[in-house]
Amino acid sequence: MNEEMSHEIVLDVNGKVKRFSAPARRLLSDALRGDLGLTGTHVGCEHGVCGCCTVLIDDQPVRSCLTFAIAAQDRKIRTVEGLADADGKLHPVQAAFKECHALQCGFCTPGFLMTATALLEQRPDPDEEEITEAIAGNLCRCTGYQNIRAAIGHAVELMQSDI
Amino acid sequence: MTTRSFGKAVRRTEDLRLITGQGSFTDDAGPNALSLVMVRSPYANARVVSIDVSEAEQLNGVTAILTYEDLPGRLAEPLPLLIPHPSLSAPRTQHILAKDYVRYVGQSVVAIFAADRYIGEDAAERVIVEYEPKVAVVGIDGALGPNLVHDDVPRNVAADHSEHVGDVDSALAEAPHVLELDFEMERSMGSALEGRASHATWDRHSRKLRIQNATQTPTSVRFAVANILEIPDEQVEVFAIDVGGGFGTKVIHPWPEDILTAWGAMNYENSVKFTEDRVEHFISSSHERGQRHHAKVGFDEEGRLLGLDVDFVHDNGAYTPYGMIAPLITATQLPGPYRLPNYRVRFRSVYTNTVQVTPYRGAARPHAVFTMERTMDRIAAFLGIDRSEVRQRNFIQPDEFPYDLGMIFQDGRPAIYDSGDYPEMLNKALSMIEWDSFAERRSEAPPGKRRGIGVACYVEGTGLGPYEGGHVRVETGGKIQVSTGLASSGQGHHTVFAQIVADELGVPFEDVEVVTGDTRRFQYAVGTFASRAAVTSGNAVAEAARLVKEKAIALAADALEANPEDLEIVDGQVQVKGTPVRAIPLSQVAVLANPLRYSFSEAARAATQFAGNGSFDEPPIKPGEDPGLEATGWYSPIRATFASGTHAVEVEIDLATSEVEILRYCVVHDCGRIINPLIVEGQIHGGVAQGIAGALYEQLAYDEDGNLQNASFMDFLMPYCTEIPKIEIDHLETPSPLNPLGIKGAGEAGVIPVSAVIASAIEDAEGFEINQMPLFPSDLHSMRLASGREPA
Repeated sequence: MNEEMSHEIVLDVNGKVKRFSAPARRLLSDALRGDLGLTGTHVGCEHGVCGCCTVLIDDQPVRSCLTFAIAAQDRKIRTVEGLADADGKLHPVQAAFKECHALQCGFCTPGFLMTATALLEQRPDPDEEEITEAIAGNLCRCTGYQNIRAAIGHAVELMQSDI
Repeated sequence: MTTRSFGKAVRRTEDLRLITGQGSFTDDAGPNALSLVMVRSPYANARVVSIDVSEAEQLNGVTAILTYEDLPGRLAEPLPLLIPHPSLSAPRTQHILAKDYVRYVGQSVVAIFAADRYIGEDAAERVIVEYEPKVAVVGIDGALGPNLVHDDVPRNVAADHSEHVGDVDSALAEAPHVLELDFEMERSMGSALEGRASHATWDRHSRKLRIQNATQTPTSVRFAVANILEIPDEQVEVFAIDVGGGFGTKVIHPWPEDILTAWGAMNYENSVKFTEDRVEHFISSSHERGQRHHAKVGFDEEGRLLGLDVDFVHDNGAYTPYGMIAPLITATQLPGPYRLPNYRVRFRSVYTNTVQVTPYRGAARPHAVFTMERTMDRIAAFLGIDRSEVRQRNFIQPDEFPYDLGMIFQDGRPAIYDSGDYPEMLNKALSMIEWDSFAERRSEAPPGKRRGIGVACYVEGTGLGPYEGGHVRVETGGKIQVSTGLASSGQGHHTVFAQIVADELGVPFEDVEVVTGDTRRFQYAVGTFASRAAVTSGNAVAEAARLVKEKAIALAADALEANPEDLEIVDGQVQVKGTPVRAIPLSQVAVLANPLRYSFSEAARAATQFAGNGSFDEPPIKPGEDPGLEATGWYSPIRATFASGTHAVEVEIDLATSEVEILRYCVVHDCGRIINPLIVEGQIHGGVAQGIAGALYEQLAYDEDGNLQNASFMDFLMPYCTEIPKIEIDHLETPSPLNPLGIKGAGEAGVIPVSAVIASAIEDAEGFEINQMPLFPSDLHSMRLASGREPA
């Protein structure tokens, strides 16, 4: 009963083209985690409020739990696995999160990292209010956010000293 | 000397995998596992009349559907009562799947094993359950009313417990002043961002059941599964690699899904995974904080406490798997840092048709502190003395330790405060928040706003037993492998235990690798809760490291032909004190510690049988010795150690919106010797944030039929960064005399006094009594109207 139709889906994730087949209702979060094995993207609420599943699609932060995988074809998807350089050098946002103790259990962290990355790409020198505004859609239950804000500020410094 | 890392803000070893997407949370494994999907009760109190799974079973991709009738053997019995207590006269635990009755919205009724979650949810929609609803018992008023949750539990009372010290009746009769006060706190919950999860795989070749579980206590999962499935412990391996927050919820094993995933894996010869979704977390994982207190306090003209009589009611939800631990903690932690010669407490733990209540970070201490600290504020107001002064006059003094409360704590042992300096802590907090000059700042409040200041103190029993153990092993490659049985959910255990071992053993921090919460590595443990991990496992790994050091020095003494007393270990080398040229690396000592027949490396040749080691008069392993440079250490505390703290806050209230803004939040915290200030401060930040959440934003709102109306992050207002202020922290370190490292727990501290201190500040700003938490703008607005203190 109810055999589901499968579709060939092609996704561009972290610069690599990935093909798999899945029903049309497969969420992008589930496709990344289950079909592509990119389990760095986490699912915290499945209704778009916690921000754990945030990935970048064409450089914009998007809730992958509210996006169908099939709808993300022909777009450039970036996940936490693609943040560091190929040689393992951490992205400044990653380095800053470690330096500032901006994570505890680490479950919400990928969502914060992707959100912060998008912010710094768009606003390389954000003020405190812009930082707060940017991450105001991501929940963290462990850190109280203080060190997350500090880390994004520190990432700005790292990026500027990198140039 | 090796650079000591204890006390340093060492960056965490956990972080690299977590910031690169390489963490290993339970749901990350087993992409092809069968998905366990539960059908849950939509009624709070109902008889299950019939269940029809026939249509659901027809769906492609459905492996099996179980109801209570299908459960074999011990799976059909109620889940275990984890912590019995003599006062718990009517404990009740739920069945894995509902047997005849459901008693809360969210209770598991039917289990579906399907190819994936999507198909499982399709099937769940096709399961038809007929219920005969009964009147739901909701809230403390409901519990005290005529309707019953369990027909055989009269008055809905699970436990009625009393304790006392001194003679409260006489003290209150003779007290110059007596106040009667009422305080209430509503429900919230841990809300870890990762819900409950379990992934079980049955390996039919090795006959092992391997379980990765989002747990604070893998050994509990293991023993529960082995017992209920009636298989040997040795067949069950449980591990937690990364756990996305615990906060108490993940210590209450077994959950029905823990057992069903394991049983399903064995019976369907497959991997089975359960990953809770957010709605399920709200309606089937534990809640906490629902309590109503009545306090009667007697005091003298100076504000000194003479007697305190507290009677409170604890809403334990529909079942009591964790016994009466939460209200028992309120009862014993209520006296806080004050001398209370005459104290009596009675509580009733009552059933309601709601999700079970078990400890959530802070574990019923926030209620205790709210009651005690609000009482202290009322005494101050009554006598017209400063709130800080009434506290100073009642503090237990630094020279009074050990201070025996005369009560039995949650570990079943005497509650005896081990150390602390409460007066100094309050002084530090007052000076941080600039308490004395607040009048000036109050007068500077912008038009339409009122400012207030508050202070609250607490004492927290931490680091309780029964025990933890640790294992330290020096590998011949030079790495130091450390394991302990309790699990980690963000506390930085891998880092702090490595710091401890590095210092005790004399090796570089970077060489130490720690594994927590894996029964394959360490079989005996209790778990991560009650702010106990650093104290118990910390001291256990320290002991193990000391034993390894002793063994290494004995072996090296032979090799170096030196007196053991002349040897030390520095930077991973055993050397003659003052003569570092006579040295042997620990990795080589590890080779010598394992007499070999076969050599697998150049270094190992030194330990082979023709290498000319030892005397022919003794066996290669001498009597009483073991091969390998390794040891197991244990720490079993005589009783809990008591951490403490003082919080102070300044708030500004907008009279138009009744929104409370926190202008400054200051914490003085004493957890004994600090292993890693970065991590302790992180724990405090997170705790305070959860406290603020509970004080101003979060509530679990049940309607009269027992439906949780805000079971989503859209409606349950978990704070974002926009709601949480900067938290300023100062430390006091009074070492615990109870353990060699002098440490006390820090995990829960941040949350404990937050409701009390915010209430104190709001009351100070508004001039009317604050007796309940949480406090939303609408509540505050109504109270202001009722008080007649309308804004000008």
